[in-house]
Amino acid sequence: MKSLESWGRYPQVEQRTHSLVWRTDNLPREGTPLLPHGLGRSYGDSCLNAGGTLLLTSGLDRFISFDPSTGVVRCEAGVTLDMILRLAAPRGWFLPVTPGTKFVTVGGAIANDVHGKNHHRGGTFGRYVRRFELLRSDGSRRVCAPDENPDWYGATIGGLGLTGLVTWAEVQLKPISNPYVLQETVPFGNLDEFLVVARESEKDYEFTMAWVDCLARGKKVGRGLLYRGNFAPPQFDGLPLAKSHLSHGIGLAVPMDMPAFCLNRLSVSAFNWLYYHRQNGKPTQRLTHYDPFFYPLDAIYAWNRIYGKRGFLQFQCVVPYDTARDALKEILERSSRGGLPSFLSVLKTFGDIPSPGWMSFPRQGVTLAMDFANRGEKTWRLVEELDRLTREAGGAVYPAKDARMSPESFAAYFPRHAEFARYLDPGFSSSFWRRVNPVSLPFSLEAERGVAAAQPQSLLAIR
Amino acid sequence: MKKVIVLGATSAIAQATVRLLAARGASLYLVGRNAANLEAVAKDAATRGAAKVESQAVDLNDFNAHEGLVDAAYTELGGLDGVVLAHGVLGDQAEAQKSWEATEAVLRTNFLSAVSLLTVLANRFEAQKAGTIVVISSVAGDRGRQSNYVYGASKGALNVFLQGLRNRLAKSGVAVVTVKPGFVDTPMTAHLPKNKLFASPDKVARGLLSAADARKNEVYVPGIWALIMLIIRTIPEAMFKRMKL
Ligand SMILES: Cc1cc2nc3c(=O)[nH]c(=O)nc-3n(C[C@H](O)[C@H](O)[C@H](O)COP(=O)(O)OP(=O)(O)OC[C@H]3O[C@@H](n4cnc5c(N)ncnc54)[C@H](O)[C@@H]3O)c2cc1C
Ligand SMILES: NC(=O)c1ccc[n+]([C@@H]2O[C@H](COP(=O)([O-])OP(=O)(O)OC[C@H]3O[C@@H](n4cnc5c(N)ncnc54)[C@H](OP(=O)(O)O)[C@@H]3O)[C@@H](O)[C@H]2O)c1
Repeated sequence: MKSLESWGRYPQVEQRTHSLVWRTDNLPREGTPLLPHGLGRSYGDSCLNAGGTLLLTSGLDRFISFDPSTGVVRCEAGVTLDMILRLAAPRGWFLPVTPGTKFVTVGGAIANDVHGKNHHRGGTFGRYVRRFELLRSDGSRRVCAPDENPDWYGATIGGLGLTGLVTWAEVQLKPISNPYVLQETVPFGNLDEFLVVARESEKDYEFTMAWVDCLARGKKVGRGLLYRGNFAPPQFDGLPLAKSHLSHGIGLAVPMDMPAFCLNRLSVSAFNWLYYHRQNGKPTQRLTHYDPFFYPLDAIYAWNRIYGKRGFLQFQCVVPYDTARDALKEILERSSRGGLPSFLSVLKTFGDIPSPGWMSFPRQGVTLAMDFANRGEKTWRLVEELDRLTREAGGAVYPAKDARMSPESFAAYFPRHAEFARYLDPGFSSSFWRRVNPVSLPFSLEAERGVAAAQPQSLLAIR
Repeated sequence: MKKVIVLGATSAIAQATVRLLAARGASLYLVGRNAANLEAVAKDAATRGAAKVESQAVDLNDFNAHEGLVDAAYTELGGLDGVVLAHGVLGDQAEAQKSWEATEAVLRTNFLSAVSLLTVLANRFEAQKAGTIVVISSVAGDRGRQSNYVYGASKGALNVFLQGLRNRLAKSGVAVVTVKPGFVDTPMTAHLPKNKLFASPDKVARGLLSAADARKNEVYVPGIWALIMLIIRTIPEAMFKRMKL
């Protein structure tokens, strides 16, 4: 048994590991449930498998082909987005969709059907996955594409690693003329202003996202800075670094396990205040390399350790436009009132471009991501409360960033879950999956204990 | 090294080396015994920028194939100026103590097949008066220990062979580089619990290539092993034989 963590370092579970080496190898027969594990950049328990075996995909990191005339790259599922950028960016190709870190694998990007700053224009990562191979625990292999095994294709994109192992995939990249982004920063005074600026920005900007000041209250709830940008036009091609995939070397390192008191309310307030006021409220435009634009956190190695040993909980929801204003206001107020400020909070709008993945998280509306230092019960209750608010607003919570959503919420957020369940690999499972699908017992727990109406959540302890 | 034959190209350390060579735009002739795995390595190398990649699937314990293999590499790449010899097996010490067959299998793969291949290659390189021969040996060859002396003997014998070869080829301008890795996190050590002394294949590959570029004689990778092995070699035999190592 070896302890491997998710990015939030919560929960901590015991599980075996098995390193995959060749894409043609069969899956191991361990007798316990298997779960693919990429770089563990998911936060909660969707990349964990308590009591089971994690299939480590880092050895499946070979390229198979890359055509610089079409931008189609085929690679093993453990290849990271960073590796793709190193290969493709100097030759004029960029990721069609990228999350806020380049240290995720292609397999992980498919299994969570990740989204980026361009969701309103480009949709999710899964839309650019032309085909992939799915290896099941029965030894079967299927090539899946929109026109070949389309049901397996739809179930596996956003399928949380539960339909089998993706061994390789083919992704369509998108052309860029140079590695620069023209970026503009627009401050907004509250949530209403955000909604106006964000929707306005969607028209002319391929990339948008906003940082929100989680401590602002009252009329200022939801104030923050909106970043919007486009890849720079060809007249910038000649600048230095034009052939580079990196803007700088390795950044700062966060020392091991900084104590949790680094994140007390005061320091977060100070950080937020500085961050908010440094722009003096005036919009500014500047040219930047794509690396700091898309991956500011990657410059700080192992930043998740800033929360100390107990880790943190991430929460990301999306709510439809009709309910967005009130629901997000409530969510932001709850979290600032709870005395558990979020260190990094991000707002963004999602467009209506559908994903091929049945279980895909993004849907039209406004998405909010926050993280909370893990202070035990108090934090869990807050996150559970935010989950409930999201459900009531007709929204959804992102499994890749979740450690607390309830089984009812899961069922409500992912209406195709029953259909999806038919495509689960019987040899695969995850801590997340067991949590949101608690086993029904042949007897009634309430009767057993003689207590009144226990919530199904009380079965969560059974793993 | 611009035109390189890689023997045991499916080894984790060799793969990491192949990637670095490919990124430099080298031409590669890859040899391994598993055709599917070899093809995966070859495609990766081609995608990462190798000028040319050819491969041949062959069991390197088939000594009769060695001459033809080298010929093919010369023909396909239009010459050779580098060798990376990486194939090897760890074997099972307990098994080897019980059976000569098991012992012989380790000596055959790690020592004899290397000697056979290097006999052919050394003569070519000597004649062309140029080139770099890099062989992956091991720290285990520095001193025999009860826990793996059969493997250690195969690498120790290899080290002595390489010393002689280096001595012979020095006047022809051919470098012979003995690379001695410590613990490396590869399939060969998958069964061992990992500790801080384990290096990644990539780190070893970088050390290997910088030694090749500098035409060094013998290198320990990572460098800390030079110190560790110095200590281990210095312990008097009278004491050493009583130690549990
Ligand atoms: C700083 C930071 C910023 C982020 N920003 C965003 C963002 O903007 N948008 C967004 O969508 N996400 C974002 N994320 C989340 C991250 O993109 C996803 O969690 C991603 O899936 C992680 O990939 P991974 O390779 O680390 O996979 P893991 O976290 O290890 O695994 C994720 C899932 O993929 C499955 N999986 C992995 N490999 C395979 C395979 N070969 N076959 C089948 N299933 C597989 C696993 O079983 C698991 O269910 C961010 C994360 C961080 C740390
Ligand atoms: N890992 C360590 O800790 C360590 C330490 C010191 C030295 N070394 C040395 O480093 C070298 C590379 O090993 P590694 O760590 O990269 O392990 P590895 O991945 O297991 O590589 C060993 C390779 O040798 C190949 N091979 C074995 N017998 C062969 C044969 N008869 N014909 C053709 N190929 C054969 C294997 O091929 P198959 O895949 O087809 O079996 C495998 O690809 C070896 O010489 C090893 O002794 C390793």
